[in-house]
Amino acid sequence: MIGNFPYLVVGILFVMGFIGLVFERNLMKIAIAMSVVEAATNLFIITLGYRSGGSIPVWTMAGGGSSRMVLPTPQALTLTAIVIGLATTALMLSFVMMIYRHYGSLDVRDVRRLRG
Amino acid sequence: MNPLSVVARTVCNLFAWFLAVFGIYVIIHGHLTPGGGFQGGAVVATFMAFLLVAHGGKKMQSWVKKDIFTLMECGGLTLFITAGLLGMSNTFFFNFLAKAGGLFGSVVPMGPNPGALNTSGTIALMNLSVGLEVVGGLSMILLYMFSGAHPEESFGREEAGHDR
Amino acid sequence: MNWQDHLPALLLAVPLFGAFLAPLTTLGGKGLRNAWFIFVSSVFTLIAFLLWVRVGATGPAIYVMGGQGWNLALPSGLSIPVRILMEVDAFSAFMVLLSAVAALAGAIFSVNYMERFSGVEKFVALYFLMVTGMFGMEITGDFFNFFVFLEISSVASFGLVAFWRDRGEALEAAFKYMLVSTLGAMMVLVAVAFLYSRYNVVNMAALGKVIEWGMVEKTALVLFLTALAMKCGAVPMHMWMPDAYAEAPAGVTCALIAVSQASLYGLFRVCFTIYGSFMGSPMIPWVIIVLGVLSMFIGVSMAVIQKEVGRLIAYHSVSQVGYMLLGFGVGLLALGDARAMADYGFTALKGGVFHIVNYTMYKGLLFLAAGALYYATGSRNLNEMGGLARQLPKTMVLFMIAAAAIAGLPPFNGFVSKLLIYESSFAVHPILAVFAMVTSVLTLASFVKIFQTAFLGPELKKFKDVREVPGSMLAGMTVLACAILVLSLFPTWSLNHLVEPAAKALVDQASYIGAVFAAAATGGGL
Repeated sequence: MIGNFPYLVVGILFVMGFIGLVFERNLMKIAIAMSVVEAATNLFIITLGYRSGGSIPVWTMAGGGSSRMVLPTPQALTLTAIVIGLATTALMLSFVMMIYRHYGSLDVRDVRRLRG
Repeated sequence: MNPLSVVARTVCNLFAWFLAVFGIYVIIHGHLTPGGGFQGGAVVATFMAFLLVAHGGKKMQSWVKKDIFTLMECGGLTLFITAGLLGMSNTFFFNFLAKAGGLFGSVVPMGPNPGALNTSGTIALMNLSVGLEVVGGLSMILLYMFSGAHPEESFGREEAGHDR
Repeated sequence: MNWQDHLPALLLAVPLFGAFLAPLTTLGGKGLRNAWFIFVSSVFTLIAFLLWVRVGATGPAIYVMGGQGWNLALPSGLSIPVRILMEVDAFSAFMVLLSAVAALAGAIFSVNYMERFSGVEKFVALYFLMVTGMFGMEITGDFFNFFVFLEISSVASFGLVAFWRDRGEALEAAFKYMLVSTLGAMMVLVAVAFLYSRYNVVNMAALGKVIEWGMVEKTALVLFLTALAMKCGAVPMHMWMPDAYAEAPAGVTCALIAVSQASLYGLFRVCFTIYGSFMGSPMIPWVIIVLGVLSMFIGVSMAVIQKEVGRLIAYHSVSQVGYMLLGFGVGLLALGDARAMADYGFTALKGGVFHIVNYTMYKGLLFLAAGALYYATGSRNLNEMGGLARQLPKTMVLFMIAAAAIAGLPPFNGFVSKLLIYESSFAVHPILAVFAMVTSVLTLASFVKIFQTAFLGPELKKFKDVREVPGSMLAGMTVLACAILVLSLFPTWSLNHLVEPAAKALVDQASYIGAVFAAAATGGGL
């Protein structure tokens, strides 16, 4: 039971981020909500790779000391996802900045020249 | 953006260098310790952010040009893909340097050890090139975001042709 | 050791190399940069063509990145593939070929279209990165790399959509596109994590071999479906599509279409290859069919009322994606049943596959023609245009070819693929075919409207000194027009050699899975 708590936290984070994405009106807050969703996804993958009592997965340590290691693959996947997330966040913040320069507002209700 | 107070600038002058050194350490030991090209590059880019915040845009402009960062970015990426292409006699990205005895070619010792730097073949080379690329790329993002927020202190050339 | 074994790797390496060197070529001036743009595009198109020929001749090709040998998928007797694996079957090769042609046309078109703007070297770099991501999605053999390439192509295309960043609308469109796309990518990643947690593999072939039908798999399938349908612009989340397509520079839109087709490819790869053996229940196919019908109808009815050329054509994209979803949905419905498959399922798949190539070609041409109109007149509003047939005769002819093809007029390729879809969907339920036909009629109506308002009518005074668009733009459009004409004039050839192998590969789950494991059985020798 207690082992499932991380998944619960991840689920709550993801839903929180999603709600923020859908209901927030401020572009900055939307960008933050997007980052929360990304963080929840990354946490989810990291949690999948955890083995209780496992040590760090370094190859030269194999055989010495603890024989249990946490899975290295999810960590590699997460690193890649984090790097991509950084690019997305940087680009998104730049867009928010430039949208503010053009529209003079960060409210999604004002940023609506494209419709219909 | 104006420079910060003299206290902040002095502290920055004293301590920012540690960031750069630590970042380069992380890049070079990328194949041995947690971290690697991206993480180390991000740390070095933080050094740029320190300088930018403490000394303001004008000073920074007199120190570096954006073109240097473009060059670092392209150079790093080209090095990366060249390292991949050189292994083409077997496959793309084949680690042709590992255990070959030369550059980064030693065999990894087993068991707990302080870490042998001259191992892991093209992985180390790729860490270096990714480090170079990330330093260039992230610094450029910082500078562009800065010049976007302060259009009056823009870096580099003017833009042309964008009507309206 | 045959150099042709390395084609899948070269397909990714060449555009990447092009992207990384593009900012440096600007040191040699505009000429060198443009030459580089065209040269790299031609090279990857050539590689795509060679890859397509090779896969057609020898069956699915695999490639192990960084392995001792290119086919060493299972080193030292492991039971699951490790390393980064590329797998190209006939369907992938077909997608790669048509995306490459679209990207080449967009590149040639952009040379003159973008010449007044600064920062084109960054445009070129982003363009090649987007192309790399697109190719990667189409040839990758594992899900995590699918996510990575999805993100590469998306992030590059955000930058390209917002390239005219002095237009607030372009930024707004890019921001919308970014939200939808990033959320979709995150859902793909969660789905991959679900499957990884259950089976410890991310490789598509290995996953297709071991997968069972349970709660985790159902959740993953729903996430994949939602995310990829969002990315390819099916109806409930279609609103990013008209914005992004209309606001991006025209050459980019031409390639963006191919990118959204790559998402569609991912959707079908998941449904057919991974979950293929569980499609006996009609639930998922019907969801896809209903999405398709809704996209078709809502897309076209929104298109009829538009005033801007770009947005009008972009809404048609939504409706055209609906046709493909309908075709593939019907094919998926028949997947478990051999008789239904022979009866109408395979026809539907052929129609869907043929429609993918037709759609990419004529829609790309339409956007390029709309871009040419904008370039020549400086206006996007249809109500302000008129009488341009005298000034832009060549553009008019090219536009006419594309419009006739999309409306499904008989000699053109759009007619063939639509006919295949009508026939097969009629066998499932007549109402589907009725919807498809009504959509086709409305499509014709709205293209007659564009043609009539923009090109016909009296000459307007303000367009007196409008000139025909420059050479590279015409050349870019001609590439696509030639492709349309070839597909139209030789429908039997293209059905037999282009479409049928791709549709067969899609149904043939076993050979996709077998390619990875068979290579291991032969020892994976060098």
